[in-house]
Amino acid sequence: MMASPAVRMFWRLEGLFCVYKPPGVHWKLVRDNIETTLLKGLNAAPSGPLPKEVRFLPDPESDTGATKGLTLSAASVPVLSKHPLVTGPEFQHIKVGVGHRLDAFSSGVLVLAVGNSNKILNNFCRTRVTRDYTLEGEFGTATDDFSYRGKVVERSTYGHVTQDNLDRVLAMLQGANQKALLMYSNVDMRSQEAYEMAAQGLLGPEGKSEPVLTGLRCVHFQPPNFTLEVQCLNETQKYLRKVVHEIGLELRSTAVCKGVRRTRDGPFTLQDALTRNHWTASDVMQAIRKYHSSKKTKKYSHTKTVDAAPEENTMTDSQQNETCDETAVGVIK
Amino acid sequence: MASCCTQLCLQCRRLLSSQMVARTWRYSTQLGHCTTVTGLPPKILNGPTVVRGDHTVAEARQRWKQQMFCYSDFTAKHLATEAKEDKDIEELSRAVDVAYKSPLMPIRDAVPVTESQISLDLDAATEFSALEEISDEEAVRIFVPSAMPPASLSLRDYVDQSETLSKLVQLGVNLWKLEQRPNVGSMLLRLNFNTDVAPRLLFLKEIGVDDSHFGNIITRNPFILTESLENLQARVNYLKSKKFSSETVASMVSRAPYLLNFSVKRLDNRLGFFQQQLNFSASNLRNIVARLPRLLCGSLEPIKENLKVCEIEFGFKENEIQHIVLSVPKVLAANKRKLTQIFDLLHNTMEVPHHLIVKFPQVLNSKYLRIRERHLFLEYLGKAQYDPNLPNYISLDRLVSLPDEAFCTELASATLEDFHLFQKTL
Repeated sequence: MMASPAVRMFWRLEGLFCVYKPPGVHWKLVRDNIETTLLKGLNAAPSGPLPKEVRFLPDPESDTGATKGLTLSAASVPVLSKHPLVTGPEFQHIKVGVGHRLDAFSSGVLVLAVGNSNKILNNFCRTRVTRDYTLEGEFGTATDDFSYRGKVVERSTYGHVTQDNLDRVLAMLQGANQKALLMYSNVDMRSQEAYEMAAQGLLGPEGKSEPVLTGLRCVHFQPPNFTLEVQCLNETQKYLRKVVHEIGLELRSTAVCKGVRRTRDGPFTLQDALTRNHWTASDVMQAIRKYHSSKKTKKYSHTKTVDAAPEENTMTDSQQNETCDETAVGVIK
Repeated sequence: MASCCTQLCLQCRRLLSSQMVARTWRYSTQLGHCTTVTGLPPKILNGPTVVRGDHTVAEARQRWKQQMFCYSDFTAKHLATEAKEDKDIEELSRAVDVAYKSPLMPIRDAVPVTESQISLDLDAATEFSALEEISDEEAVRIFVPSAMPPASLSLRDYVDQSETLSKLVQLGVNLWKLEQRPNVGSMLLRLNFNTDVAPRLLFLKEIGVDDSHFGNIITRNPFILTESLENLQARVNYLKSKKFSSETVASMVSRAPYLLNFSVKRLDNRLGFFQQQLNFSASNLRNIVARLPRLLCGSLEPIKENLKVCEIEFGFKENEIQHIVLSVPKVLAANKRKLTQIFDLLHNTMEVPHHLIVKFPQVLNSKYLRIRERHLFLEYLGKAQYDPNLPNYISLDRLVSLPDEAFCTELASATLEDFHLFQKTL
């Protein structure tokens, strides 16, 4: 029996894809929105004609009490019980799974999977992939939940903070994190095994552990605003905001986090992420096709993903970019 | 035709005689006052139950009523449908076939039927072989009953046999949506198309509602089919007395199907409330109600809250509120939290003064994320200028109403890809 066009479209939706979650929106709303648009796309596929059955209907002229000569005529009538208005749409619910979650305050790349690909998603979540974040911070205030929406707890000056100081603090933090990384990898540091693992970049915690920052640097510094770029493992967004807060404390000032933006989740970068107006079934299918083809090309290479840093630099908010927005845009392309 | 008839005989285990079939069709019209399920009588009367005489009719009626009560009482329960069906038929046959002796019928009267004995007597089946040749005439008269459960969770089991349901599907009513609502399914089944549904559809047609809207109206408000015709007429007369034209009334009914289920007193209360609270003239009020008829249907509490929010929290003056409501009545029915969020963005972040918001009230109706992203994009490009006195002014209505392409090329002078890339940096 042929599968209906809707079912065939559903097979084409199997795979992982990523969307860009806007800030201020709970990830569940994003997931529900995607599910609704995919259902709309699936149910819009035209269904076949109604099956017909043969029924014997009485002739309208047959009179009462006819003992013989009652004529029944065969008529092929469509079976209304299979009509979509009676059975309901073909797909009423599809499982859309979410990869590493993003809390409501942050924005960025969110990996999703449809239907049977949820198993692949599970494996993806369990593997040790690093994630890239861009943190926007501002000196001078400290709040209770480390973000600019929280209640202000402390204010301080920041005039004494220079780029040098910041870089020194960041280097110190990175060193501490590197030590933690080596500790969690459960390997004796003096062995040959450790050397080989380090050479291949396989050092790191297996499974759940404390958040570890594998990379940390400052990409933009203009007091009171600054932007950091982090690569991390096993993190939560609140931990990252706390990092910003602690950096402020280390510099003997205070800092608050204005934005957390995930730019990369494993092999999924900002380039592949779908923005809100692209959350339709056809765009999602295209993204999944791209993912499948990229998986095939990456089969024999073990390289990590593209570092999206140079593009981020030109796109961050800054007051003096007004005149050179065209050139900035040119660089991105 | 003959070949498929003989095929049917091969499949059918219970053969019916011609007299039974004739009476079946006759009984269906007589017993139409109970339900319109025309397929039901043959099911009850099939099997070796053929008897002449009127007391079959009475028995059949009783069994029929019993079955319908079963449906209405036990709709939620899963009964052993086949068992029940067969049990009823066995009972009937046991009660009635004493008088009748038919050479064709299998022997049933000797066997007392109990709940456990569901299937046909196997001896009877072998005695009367399905491969026996019968004449074409008899073959034509065989009726194959369809398996219709006495109780079911879905209307699709009844749609083929029920005249009402089939006609409703042909009108475009979404039965699947309606059967999710409690008790609506059984109510629809109990309706008779000719006496209940048709007069009301004709009434709707008289007031000017288009035929193509019937499906939508009944899907959203199935209880319009149970409202009495005098009430419907009285409410339409009331609306006409308030000087709503007939086309307006027709469009209001199609867009807010629950409108005619409300009593005249309630409609009067609502109109009075709007007139008093907003100090509108009669023609303005008619205008708003015609454009958003669901204002008359829903509860008044959220509307009162929204008005208070506009007055106190946003700080609009009364004539400003009047103007906003007149141009965008949806503000009255909007979600209070979302409205506050949009206003906060407009007034505090984008620094748009009150009088400009009043001039373009449709911004209050648009999506928060849309306004925010577009505003930030314009700010990044240095073009976020909403003051009409200064050069390079961007009007709010164009900001929200233009589609993405037009917004990018006209207002922001950038490409759509730039806008998407910018969206990913927020």
